[in-house]
Amino acid sequence: MSNYFDLSAYEGWVCGDCGVALVPGKVDIAYMGNSFPVELLVCPKCGLVLIPEELALGKMNEVEKALEDK
Amino acid sequence: MDQKELREQENRCIQEHAPACSATCPVHVDVRGMTLAISKGDFESAYQLYRKSVPFPGIVSRICAQPCQPACLRVDLGGAIEIAALERACVEFARPDEEAVKLFPQKSKKVAVIGAGISGLTVAHDLARKGWQITVYEATDRIGGGLWQTPPDLLPRDVILRDLDLIEKMGVKILLNTVVGRSGGNGHSTFLGRLLDEYDAVYLGIGPLINDIPDLCLDDSGQIAINPLTSQSSMEKVFVGGDVLRVSAQYPLREIPHSAILSISEGRRAALSIDRMLQKVSLTAARFMEGSYTTKLYTNTSAIQAESPLEPTQLLTFYEREVAETEAARCIQCECMECVRVCEYLEEYKGYPKKYIREIYNNLSIVMGTRFSNQFINSCTLCGLCGEVCPTELDMGVVCKESRAIMVEQDRMPASAHSFALDDMAFSNSQKFSLARNAPGTTSSAYAFFPGCQLSASYPHHVGEAYAFLREVFPQEGVGLMLGCCGAPADWAGRKDLLADTQAQFLDQYDALGQPTIILPCSSCYQVFQEHYPNVRILSFWDVYDHYGQQQFPEAAFAGEVAVHDPCSTRYEGHIQDSVRNILHKLGAALQELPLSREKTECCSYGGLVWLANRPLADKIVQRRVQASPVDYVTYCAMCRDFFVRAGKPSLHLIDLIFQPPGSPIGSLKSGPGFSQRHENRWHLKAKFLKELWGESMPEKEEYEQIKLILPSDVQQMVEERLILVEDMQKVIDYALRTGKRMVHAASGHSLAYFKPNTVTYWVEYTPQEDGSFLIHRAYSHRMQIGKEEQT
Repeated sequence: MSNYFDLSAYEGWVCGDCGVALVPGKVDIAYMGNSFPVELLVCPKCGLVLIPEELALGKMNEVEKALEDK
Repeated sequence: MDQKELREQENRCIQEHAPACSATCPVHVDVRGMTLAISKGDFESAYQLYRKSVPFPGIVSRICAQPCQPACLRVDLGGAIEIAALERACVEFARPDEEAVKLFPQKSKKVAVIGAGISGLTVAHDLARKGWQITVYEATDRIGGGLWQTPPDLLPRDVILRDLDLIEKMGVKILLNTVVGRSGGNGHSTFLGRLLDEYDAVYLGIGPLINDIPDLCLDDSGQIAINPLTSQSSMEKVFVGGDVLRVSAQYPLREIPHSAILSISEGRRAALSIDRMLQKVSLTAARFMEGSYTTKLYTNTSAIQAESPLEPTQLLTFYEREVAETEAARCIQCECMECVRVCEYLEEYKGYPKKYIREIYNNLSIVMGTRFSNQFINSCTLCGLCGEVCPTELDMGVVCKESRAIMVEQDRMPASAHSFALDDMAFSNSQKFSLARNAPGTTSSAYAFFPGCQLSASYPHHVGEAYAFLREVFPQEGVGLMLGCCGAPADWAGRKDLLADTQAQFLDQYDALGQPTIILPCSSCYQVFQEHYPNVRILSFWDVYDHYGQQQFPEAAFAGEVAVHDPCSTRYEGHIQDSVRNILHKLGAALQELPLSREKTECCSYGGLVWLANRPLADKIVQRRVQASPVDYVTYCAMCRDFFVRAGKPSLHLIDLIFQPPGSPIGSLKSGPGFSQRHENRWHLKAKFLKELWGESMPEKEEYEQIKLILPSDVQQMVEERLILVEDMQKVIDYALRTGKRMVHAASGHSLAYFKPNTVTYWVEYTPQEDGSFLIHRAYSHRMQIGKEEQT
């Protein structure tokens, strides 16, 4: 799903709690028993994840709808 | 609704029944298919359709008595379609030089056909095609029987020869000048018995003669007795058809009507029985609608213009191509589609109920794999218009609603379809809105006002006035107040569990007030109460207002004509519709009736929660309704009114008209409140009632609810479209404040945080303001879960 948004557009985001810049990292996102690894921006210390708007409203929404019809 | 009930519903749809012409035709020629093809100039396809039902197309197209014509729905609209003439055109323009007949591999069993008339030749044709070995016995020196008695100008001899030539080509053995019968006099074995020593089956098609067959039992009228379904005679292996069935041993001289098409039909049905007997399968299974019958298909001809054939036509008329095409185009193309014509939803999926119910059935039966009909099932407004216009009263809403309940039971209902409305219902039945009180200073209620959730959200100010009006009208009886949601969203979403909870909560409150008569301004509530609260007495607020309310209004509320829109939930509530019209007349309205109104009214797209499950379709549904008339609408359902205005239609709610102070203009294009505002309005309405009537205050708001948000108008619109409420955003910010979990962007100073209060994860990008409020830049949501993380 990493192809569905531009990670570089999210440069400059820092974890508010840890004070360190978010870095690209693999995260599992899951729905209705299905799990997908996605490259997202995460906090290297606490693991906080950033889901970009275009991913949430785009590909993720599409996958949700497809899985709901399975 | 189980499999059997779904099947029953499916069978109520008559769309797939044959048109009257085909049903009446003894061999069921697909006339509708033929005329459609011919009208497009495709005589080849039309000929193939004809040939499928008629083994001898040259002959039959010239002599058919056309029993189909009196049944044709054009008969009183310019005259029946000239079907035989069109059949002749197909034969003339599209018959191949060599008729292609696909023969099955030859089998060992043998059949004797006695008599080479048109019924016997049909049997020979059909059974030879199946590969059985056929011998035809003919007493004269040529095959064709009675055909040769037809005048040659009507049936030229070369046409007979050409059609019948096929029989020999199919490998049928023909024994001419061979008389069977007349010889079984010694009492040992009659001719049919002897034939059965040699053959596995016999077809008797000897024409109008009855003296020669002492073997067969006759019926009371002296005719050969057969099983009408199978054509089987009293001898198990002997089948009978054609004119011999119509002569009587008692009245041998009586003239009998001859019909080639009837004889072919009888031969064809006997051949089917013989084939089944030789294959050792049931002769009777699944045999219906054979021969001429009356169709159940309904076709609405009210909009069909009368139109006569281009030229007078007799059996000797032969059309030019263009004339045939024009005549074929006169065919009405009979079909029902009554429901599909009036419903955007049924039209959208390009089918009709029989097809749809079959798909729903398949969908509900799928264990694994893709369910194609989930969204289809959730896209019906449940408005009941289809059932109203259907000749057999098939209501897709009943099917869809029950199917939703099954999906819920199977745990297959997509969470996204209805959760927003169900959450809204939960809000309305929570402490934030729910209330049940006797009127101030009273201890019991003969009546209780139940304004419902949506009127309270859209018109909170008038709800107070309506309650005051009722207390004035019934000062002695006591009019209690009940705030809450009736359970309609749960009912529409197939959530029987949530509906039961709502019912239980309502009935507790209702009992506590002394089981008052419930007065309802919302017609959806009215419908739900009728269906799900059968023991609760209800009254429509509009009936009460018509009777007891203001009978004269000082000034007319309308400048010009208005059209009244009946909410679909009033479909069968003529008394409410009447009261509303009465009130509107008192208001001085010049009323216009919409083409579809009262019991035929259309849904605004709120019904059945389609606006959540299928927004693009909902938009089409509401557009269809608002385009029904150019004048402004007036209605008496808050959601109808808000949906119309959102679709750009100037619309008013009746409650605005009766309670608006004189002189203050009502904005017929003023939008209804947004989703968050609707919650807010309900909360404030309850707070206002509590304070003004009972001197009480609302329970403290939760901490997160006190977080102040600033929403620029573009953001306001964004969250509205994305179904994100202020309280959802407040929860996200509250979570970020409590845990510190958020992301910050140094350059812009924005913060980004997320929170998953239930099944949805909400994201909010915001900037904290100096005064402690939060400026919102954007918000979005998703249902997919991030990792295995759980938030609290």
